Amino acid sequence: MLAAPRLPPLRAHWPLLTLATVLAAGLAAPLATGAAAPGFYLEVLLGGLMSGVLYSLVALGLVLIYKSSGVYNFAQGAMVLLAALATARLSEVMPLPAAIGAALLMMVALAWLVERLVLRPLINQSPMAVFMATLGILYFIEGFGQLVLGNDIYKVDLGLPKDPVIVAQRWFEGGVLISPEDLVAAGIAAALVAVLALFFQRTATGCALRAVADDQQAGQAIGIPLGRIWFIVWSVAGFVALVAGLVWGSKLGVQFSLAEVALKALPVVILGGLTSVPGAIVGGLIIGVGEKMAEVFLSPVLASGLGVAGGGVENWFAYVLALLFLLVRPEGLFGERNIERV
Amino acid sequence: MLYRENGQFKTSYRADQQLLPIAQDRWLMLGLLAFAYLGLPVLASEFVIRALIVPCLILAIAAIGLNILVGYCGQISLGAAAFMGAGAYAAYNLAVRLPGLNFLVVLVLAGLAAAAVGIAFGVPSLRIKGLYLAVATLAAQFLLDWLFSHVKWLTHDSPSGSVSTATIELFGLPLQSPLRKYFLVLTVVCVLALVAKNLVRSHTGRAWMAIRDMDLAAEVIGIRPLHAKLSAFAVSSFYAGIAGALWGFVHLGSWEPAAFDIGLSFNLLFMVIIGGMGSILGSFFGAAFIVLLPLMLNQAPRWLGIPISTAAQSNLESMIFGSLIVFFLIAEPQGLASLWAKGRQKLRIWPFPH
Amino acid sequence: MGEGQAEAADLAVSALTPMRTPRETGSGTPTPLLAVDGIDVVYHGVILVLKGVSLAVPEGGIVALLGANGAGKTTTLRAASNLLQSERGEVTRGSVEFRGQRLNRLTAYDVVRQGLVQVMEGRRCFAHLTVEENLLTGAYGAKVPRVQAMSELERVYSYFPQLKQRRASFAGYTSGGEQQMTAIGRALMTRPSMILLDEPSMGLAPQVVEEIFEIVRSLNARERVSFLLAEQNARIALRYAQHGYVLENGRVVLDGSADELAQNEDVKEFYLGLSRRGRASFRDAKFYRRRKRWLA
Repeated sequence: MLAAPRLPPLRAHWPLLTLATVLAAGLAAPLATGAAAPGFYLEVLLGGLMSGVLYSLVALGLVLIYKSSGVYNFAQGAMVLLAALATARLSEVMPLPAAIGAALLMMVALAWLVERLVLRPLINQSPMAVFMATLGILYFIEGFGQLVLGNDIYKVDLGLPKDPVIVAQRWFEGGVLISPEDLVAAGIAAALVAVLALFFQRTATGCALRAVADDQQAGQAIGIPLGRIWFIVWSVAGFVALVAGLVWGSKLGVQFSLAEVALKALPVVILGGLTSVPGAIVGGLIIGVGEKMAEVFLSPVLASGLGVAGGGVENWFAYVLALLFLLVRPEGLFGERNIERV
Repeated sequence: MLYRENGQFKTSYRADQQLLPIAQDRWLMLGLLAFAYLGLPVLASEFVIRALIVPCLILAIAAIGLNILVGYCGQISLGAAAFMGAGAYAAYNLAVRLPGLNFLVVLVLAGLAAAAVGIAFGVPSLRIKGLYLAVATLAAQFLLDWLFSHVKWLTHDSPSGSVSTATIELFGLPLQSPLRKYFLVLTVVCVLALVAKNLVRSHTGRAWMAIRDMDLAAEVIGIRPLHAKLSAFAVSSFYAGIAGALWGFVHLGSWEPAAFDIGLSFNLLFMVIIGGMGSILGSFFGAAFIVLLPLMLNQAPRWLGIPISTAAQSNLESMIFGSLIVFFLIAEPQGLASLWAKGRQKLRIWPFPH
Repeated sequence: MGEGQAEAADLAVSALTPMRTPRETGSGTPTPLLAVDGIDVVYHGVILVLKGVSLAVPEGGIVALLGANGAGKTTTLRAASNLLQSERGEVTRGSVEFRGQRLNRLTAYDVVRQGLVQVMEGRRCFAHLTVEENLLTGAYGAKVPRVQAMSELERVYSYFPQLKQRRASFAGYTSGGEQQMTAIGRALMTRPSMILLDEPSMGLAPQVVEEIFEIVRSLNARERVSFLLAEQNARIALRYAQHGYVLENGRVVLDGSADELAQNEDVKEFYLGLSRRGRASFRDAKFYRRRKRWLA
């Protein structure tokens, strides 16, 4: 019998610890140098956490699909926006719950179409080919959505309390603004993560999904019904996209040209690990906070220090941050280690 | 019957290893070159050359570069347009700060600058594999985008990062007309394609393919991943840089950083996938497909006589483009080059079915 | 000899469970379990891989499909399991029948539900799942209810005690022999009537190969699972099979009972490395260019 493995000492993780220390120092710097008032700092931090939650919700759908078919769904962001816009437009002509139900039906129909027309013919083809196919789906959804639903910005009224609440007035001057909406969104995200994580680890279907992600043809050979499974997965991903879209629509408003912002979900899942459901949340939070902090505090440093024009740091910081994490953890923070035999 | 290689015996290794061992292929290539240099300028209008052929050829160079990285070496790259931009801005800086320099030298130096950038962003590939590597190239894409629009030195202090170029002069001859630009681009394409084809048949190319297929096993038998991967990034970015310089100087004339955005990166990736990964010929097919398709989609309503608003038209184009991508991938996931190879195979055994 | 001991073990087992006598192949027999009838398989529309291949596997029998690399053994098995589509292959002529029912309209997983399952070449275990999870995916595919799946799991562990020890390790980290056992166990979980085994001996140590084949024989005897073995290792395949087919360049060139094949001069020379003239030298070039007698 094998002895229980001994954990490596903490110093074996020095690259990750170094990176974490550097980032923590960067995070604490504005506060320490007094460049920002504590209250303002906390608000930026909370704002970052909130946008991180939004990213995580988009990323959850991505992880779901990747974990069950090994395919990175480039169209996930567009699916989020499609669901949100559909709900927003439909709620103009019917009550909100009916609009949400209709949008869900639409996402299920989309899942069926994608499985039938795209995934089934591409079984056992190279991952690059399927990846590009999802890019094709992205273009299609963008065109279709804008054609049918219009290109203006829409807000979704979920009936959540919107007035920000001022808390912690005793500790910070003027208090800190927290929006209850943000808390509800965070709660929804946490619940979804828990449900999905349990689903993959504990249920037989979750096990079959992970198997298919490993080897599609072997899954077929053993009798796993690929088509049916993928339909279920893409429908659930559509549901997750709907939830993400509703939260996003309620908080920020949705517009199709924001699909590029959804591209940011890629560094989120990559940082967290492509196959990890909790990783999607952690990655989202890290990216959200990092981005906001960099935009607010790093940008002026770059402008004055290096003579570059200010602004725009948000565009690239997420990717650079994900890259740094990947250098110390090539499979993402919680991703599966690549098992290879030669 | 027509395409048989019967009777074509090779009597030396040199003859056996030539690029086009079958005589019919050699005739076809000669015919193609003759048509390109002599026939096309006569037959095609200036508009067709300027708007269709030249962009197709320039993007084919970039597609060859990306094919080397993605198709031959198996490293995913979503930031090819950024390396094109690096080449374009490097060429601009060279042209503006060293005005006496021969344009061909400018091209090569721009390519080398892009290659240096490529190597820098290729270093993570030594540790990261597969889709995770996509993030490194995306970081390159967005970071370079930001650099071009925010670092004044790179754009010679232009306000928004947009630059414009003067007419190219080659050996004292100003390249004003589309036809002259076409000949320049065509020559560059022929030279670079020949170099690429020979490179992938060489020891370097085999190292790339070994890394792509089984990098652990390649390392075990003595191929150094550092050399192979970084050389793939370097060569790929060199090609992208030259393509970018040509794109900016010959096709666009003046540009801003958004000319090399992620949409172009996706288009280049489409060219590689649809044309055929791991095939130089495929890069040309892919470039032709991606350049011609939107133009045809654009003109189709007019040909069919259907009136649609421009907004609806661009949305429909998006939808049809996406559907066609998916359709192509289903019909031939290995690309147009594979379709071509199958067609040739069928021709060889014609009139028998298989 | 090992075979005698195995037979004694079988007899001991047969005292416990009733065993049907295996049916003879030949004319005037009941319908074979699997009947492949003159199939042609074409890949990508241009490459003809199988030309008029016919074979039959009787109920409760072990049939060996022999052939060198590239003969078409894997393609035959894939055609039977309807797995060709994902490789751009198709059966352009002929038919495959299982229990008298044609398979060509069924999807791959319906074929498994009918009771015909394949263990693919190279094991193809799910690397990131544990051994136990690998086995359970077999039950999932065949829609075996949870309670029965657990008892099937115990049965599989009784055949493969080594797997029980390794049940919590990732399949990707187990040895080749253990992966082969996992793959066969996974197929057993679908409760099949017939298993198509593709090159079970590939990449395994000889001792482990013996072990695997012994398990195949006892599965055939005790569980009444029929087997079609595609094997390059003709010696061991003919020891355990009752009937055999020899495939070359996509055609069946020889078939007969395992004993007949083992005695056949050409099979001995080209597949078993024996010959009448003893050790042949490469200098005897005429000897090696001689056409095989079965083509004459």
